Amino acid sequence: MATFRIKRYNPEKQPEPYYEEFQLDIPQGATLLDCMNQIKWTLDGSFTYRMSCRSAICGSCAVKANGHALLACQRQASHLVKNGDTIVLEPLGNMKPIKDLVVDFKPFWDKIDKIKPYLQPKTRAPEKERLQSPEQFKRIDDSSTCIMCGSCYSDCNVLEVNDKFLGPAALAKAQRFVEDSRDGKTHERVKELSKPGGIWDCTHCAECVERCPKPARPFDRIKEVMTVALEERVTNNTGARHAISFTKSIKSSGRVNENTLPVESVGYFNVKGLFDLLPVGLRMLFKGKIPPILHKSIDDVDDVKRIFMEADKE
Amino acid sequence: MKFALFTGCVAKGATRELMLSTTRAAEGLGIEFVEMKSAACCGAGVLSEKTPLVADALNARTFAIAEEQELDVVTICSTCQGVLKKTECHIDSDPGYKKKINHLLEEGGHQYTGGKIKVKHFANILSTEEGLNLLREKVKRPLAGLKAAAFYGCYVLRPSELSLYEDSDNPTGLEQIFEILGATPVYYDSRTKCCGFPIVMMNKETSHDMAGNALIDAIESGADCVVTGCPLCHLSLDSYQPEIEKMNKKGYSVPILHLPQLVALALGYSPQELEMDKHIVSTARLDKILEG
Repeated sequence: MATFRIKRYNPEKQPEPYYEEFQLDIPQGATLLDCMNQIKWTLDGSFTYRMSCRSAICGSCAVKANGHALLACQRQASHLVKNGDTIVLEPLGNMKPIKDLVVDFKPFWDKIDKIKPYLQPKTRAPEKERLQSPEQFKRIDDSSTCIMCGSCYSDCNVLEVNDKFLGPAALAKAQRFVEDSRDGKTHERVKELSKPGGIWDCTHCAECVERCPKPARPFDRIKEVMTVALEERVTNNTGARHAISFTKSIKSSGRVNENTLPVESVGYFNVKGLFDLLPVGLRMLFKGKIPPILHKSIDDVDDVKRIFMEADKE
Repeated sequence: MKFALFTGCVAKGATRELMLSTTRAAEGLGIEFVEMKSAACCGAGVLSEKTPLVADALNARTFAIAEEQELDVVTICSTCQGVLKKTECHIDSDPGYKKKINHLLEEGGHQYTGGKIKVKHFANILSTEEGLNLLREKVKRPLAGLKAAAFYGCYVLRPSELSLYEDSDNPTGLEQIFEILGATPVYYDSRTKCCGFPIVMMNKETSHDMAGNALIDAIESGADCVVTGCPLCHLSLDSYQPEIEKMNKKGYSVPILHLPQLVALALGYSPQELEMDKHIVSTARLDKILEG
């Protein structure tokens, strides 16, 4: 017998959410969604959640189980019973609950809309379809698998503190168009995506990769958009300058120069940005934590320089 | 135990006390580290934004050097660990790509074979049966009464297929080490979360908010200190703690220790010998606890 500890919420009856426990025998092979259905059908008909396909295709049934987002139809319930016999079910994070496990996806969809999730072709429509080579399709294959379940959005560490961040789902969807060989707005897209709230606000925590139930792996896609932005020379922002300074430093010494990196990232003419660096810089100086002023190269740095040059040729 | 030590850039720069305390911990445990002085920066997931091929080639070069030395690689930074594992996985799973990478390495006299050496974080070598027994044997000053909150660092946990922790959502490796050192581990939700450091220059409010939430969570869970295996997390939680306090209009003053510092303290080294006085947040409150 397993305990399902479920976060219940019905603002029409009670303003605050509360936890309610249900006992259920987990049938062999039952998914978490099967168990949720059993609870609804046999124990409490008012238990509310979204579901549809039961096959990890529609993306409706994403919930938090034991603190992390997943598709309820994609996990065996018995695999989730780890500590004792309890599975904790909560609504997805970073979105407002409406009732029980149902959350308001409006901010999620607004952000998807913001990245213009449709093809803006270079040329007028041909008589027949626009062809792509297998290699061209491969660039966008993974992001095309996104089923908009909201798992990545729910667990994104940045969104927990900054709701202006476009978030992993919208940015992964953006990659699907940024790298589509048929799209004609690559430059405009990466310019828009390089603004505050876009690609450079991602902290690389890979929580989205961990929660994604498909091969979309949002953070990997965000990295690809960053590379395109740099190739397109959309560099008038801190994130791009940071990547350029970082690369320059490794290319010349094999190591990161922690003294030049912050200054070059905020920009030599960004007075406010440079002023903001002062307090931490002075504190580090006072404690003797400033990296050596004379930046030392690694041994055999010439080999590193050679690799950069060889790769450039390719 | 003998390993090739991949120091990473930050342990040689802004957190030199990490390098020193690693040396002390190794000395106390009788572990031999051979510093990889010709290994390049792992790229920290930033070099690969600009040039993924070079980032992988430089890391493959690091592996090739370790293969030549016939030593497993030990990292002392969660970010280095995760980035190196990612490269290893990418190259090992794609023979064509490995050939391309080796072509780039050839002229420098290096070739990456794959499968010959392992890449592990310092915490991982301590968490083996041999490592735990060594700790048990060498602890001279049990850290009784010290409540320590682990802060893992994203890159050693996610994606889980690259993590050396069996259950990367609920890792216990650091807490297990704390217990052997005599400290009491504090479990709190933020221990597996992001410190916000990678965007501290792009969006400092968000970055400080993330670090601040972790600090508050650790304090409210009763921690005397936070212990991390990542120098970037250390910078975010320690060096920027005054900014976070100012932003939240609250005083935290939570000492943030590097994992090797905690280990070396239990081996009998003094806080001064581990340069804990170089931290931005004073570690003085720990002295009283350690004195019992």
